[in-house]
Amino acid sequence: MKFAVIVFPGSNCDQDMFDAIRTHLKEDVEMVSSAATDLSAYDAILLPGGFSHGDYLRSGAMASVAPVVRAIKEEADKGTFILGVCNGFQILLEAGLLPGAMLPNRDLAFICKTDLVCVANNNTTFTNLYEEGATLKLPIAHGEGNYYCDESTYRRLVDHHQILFTYENNPNGSVYDIAGICNERGNVLGMMPHPERAVEALLGSEDGLKLFQSMVANWRGTHVQHT
Amino acid sequence: MYKVYVYVTLKEGVLDPQGKAIQESMHSLAYDEVESVRVGKYFELTVKDTGEIDKRVNELCDRLLANPVIEEYRYTLEEVVPN
Repeated sequence: MKFAVIVFPGSNCDQDMFDAIRTHLKEDVEMVSSAATDLSAYDAILLPGGFSHGDYLRSGAMASVAPVVRAIKEEADKGTFILGVCNGFQILLEAGLLPGAMLPNRDLAFICKTDLVCVANNNTTFTNLYEEGATLKLPIAHGEGNYYCDESTYRRLVDHHQILFTYENNPNGSVYDIAGICNERGNVLGMMPHPERAVEALLGSEDGLKLFQSMVANWRGTHVQHT
Repeated sequence: MYKVYVYVTLKEGVLDPQGKAIQESMHSLAYDEVESVRVGKYFELTVKDTGEIDKRVNELCDRLLANPVIEEYRYTLEEVVPN
């Protein structure tokens, strides 16, 4: 399976994402510039955390109009797996690939700590190796992770089982404790917690590993493996 | 040539943690009459006249300067006559 890690000016979790895939998943992975216009060579696209373009306008807003985003939309339409973490999630929201928007954290502080995250739906491409209701220890590190959507959007998220992760102790004011959501089709996931920073015991948690392993297992299930 | 003054504000009903913090500071200065503060953004653009300035500025606001999920915008135009 071949992963792309998209590198925007100001991304800073790209190397962690790359390392999680290559060292811990032992799958193919390449860094791809946000100037790229074709992502058809990849089976999964990862948008890492950071401060793309300085986040000067709104988090993820300037990155969401980068050339690569058109290619990401094309791949999303084909069903390619797309994962945005932290700033990557903010970019997916700004690009309209996921519903809702981010506001500054309720208490205005940048929060950087390990938090408890609940698997709210384990019947997806990204979560099916987890137990439903499992509690994960995952790092969070953001100033604008206060997820907002209106009530009708929230109803649609619930009706289509799009809420994959929720916070046990809501750290940032997100509506309904939402930490991660997918699109209706289930191939695009955005989440604020960092699974790529929780892939070995030395980092304090291995709870993020199964997310990537789920992606690989589901991809293998639908593709003949090259020998 | 036009000067375009764009104001982006949070929609009614969307919480504004920054506005609330600023309001608390006002109260600590004894400006107790301030009942609410909403923080927004202000942009000044200088734009060539292409004959469809309203259409283009609205597009820019919708696509980049404001996020319609949480924000709304308004703008004013001022024609700039070159010296």
